[in-house]
Amino acid sequence: MPDTVTVRIPTALRPQVDNHESLDLAGGTVKEVLGSLTSQFPELGKRLFKADNELNRFINVYVNDEDIRFLDNLDTVVKSGDELSIVPAIAGG
Amino acid sequence: MSFVKALSCKECEAEYAIEPRTVCDFDFAPVEVTYDYDAMRGRVTRDSIESGPPSLWRYRQLLPIESEPTIGLHSGWTPMIKADSLARELGMRDLYIKDDSANYPTYSYKDRVVSVALMKAKELGFDTVGCASTGNLAHSVSAHAAAAGLRSFVMIPHDLEEGKIVGSLVFGPRMVKIKGNYDDVNRLCSEIADKYNWAIVNVNLRPFYTEGAKTHGFEIAEQLGWQLPQHTVVPVAGGTILPKVYKAYQEFITLGLVDDNSPKIHAAQAAGCNPIVTAIEEEMELFRPQKPDTIAKSIAIGNPADGFYVIGVVRKTGGWGASAEDGEILDAVKLLARTEGIFTEPAGGTTLACAIKLIESGRIPRDESLCICITGNGLKTIEAMAGQFVETPTINAKLVEFDELVKQIDKTNVPPASQPIST
Repeated sequence: MPDTVTVRIPTALRPQVDNHESLDLAGGTVKEVLGSLTSQFPELGKRLFKADNELNRFINVYVNDEDIRFLDNLDTVVKSGDELSIVPAIAGG
Repeated sequence: MSFVKALSCKECEAEYAIEPRTVCDFDFAPVEVTYDYDAMRGRVTRDSIESGPPSLWRYRQLLPIESEPTIGLHSGWTPMIKADSLARELGMRDLYIKDDSANYPTYSYKDRVVSVALMKAKELGFDTVGCASTGNLAHSVSAHAAAAGLRSFVMIPHDLEEGKIVGSLVFGPRMVKIKGNYDDVNRLCSEIADKYNWAIVNVNLRPFYTEGAKTHGFEIAEQLGWQLPQHTVVPVAGGTILPKVYKAYQEFITLGLVDDNSPKIHAAQAAGCNPIVTAIEEEMELFRPQKPDTIAKSIAIGNPADGFYVIGVVRKTGGWGASAEDGEILDAVKLLARTEGIFTEPAGGTTLACAIKLIESGRIPRDESLCICITGNGLKTIEAMAGQFVETPTINAKLVEFDELVKQIDKTNVPPASQPIST
């Protein structure tokens, strides 16, 4: 049984994932987990990733509340029970 | 009636109706209000604006509002100061301070964006408004909501200055302190906006909120006698105001209200939180987020949502960026106070300190006109000034003791700011 990670889906993305608020997905790194997500929901893949497989710059991904850009980006290792959040960047001050 | 066309994605140009919306459904890029400029020509004129009220609502036709304004009736139209004393100190010829430390009712540029956002919240039928804030936005949301009879929720980082907390609480919002920095608060707020049907001004009302920031730029142009400064230095936190000052200048140019003198826009950040300036200086396409560590807490946003657009505007206009250390920030706060009589918060000190660096490096030539955007008030962050001044003497109420003190002060080399009138 591979590790599964809970992925929290923002409202804006839910129409692409049959309106799930979260999904439990397999993978040992952020890239693998997001790969599981986008292979189930290919339309979502087009929105999360640019053509060159770089993450869309308006999307922030957090593992247990830490921005993956402070970790190992898409290569960040995840384990069972971790929570991965996809959050659109927003403004303020 | 307004000249609003739609909400349009800044990247893919997908169009949406005027509705609460955080980002584009397709690529998550920000959406922006678009207008029918052709219809505005001949109807939005210098005269039509000048005959408006002395508030940001004089630019109502360039804002996304359909009904008669009832919120923020005294916000905006802040002083534009010809800063001759500061100019002499810096060797500049034509220097201006756009002073939103005097904005009404909560003394920061946020009174502009909140006025527009809450008007829109009202038009859209919301009864609860909220925000993620480093303090100034929370003040403004709390005050405007109180006056408008709306319920408010404000979310702030747990370690803000006391003045920043009291300055909201007095208006009776529901305040929540979040363990984490602003970026953590922001992330939570975007999830809250998803779950509750509230108008979070910088989340699902963001497209309308950000339009309010244009009025800072409109006023600079109008108050300068319908012309644009050759250089504008703007602080960068989340990245809202800088691109909107640019948009304001471009709208006035499009409508023929000012000449296009190719105004350059420069970015100012604290050295302890300078992801955008780093990207500009290192000519990177994207910025890397940072964990903020600066005295300028109101601009301590390490992951600026509109940072990408700040970089774009700075490059497009031929501007540049600078960042300032805490010591330089406090020195600049004192410099502005002692030369122009304006007490700004550390964010304003940052902007001035960065402007000085850009002048000294030749990015802003001394014989060209410059406007420095001061966006917040120092009375909210007095803790930041701790230890900056000589101890204030205490004497008995006797003239002889005062005479003795004056003699001593004459002998001491105290900085001009605290120097009394000499005999």
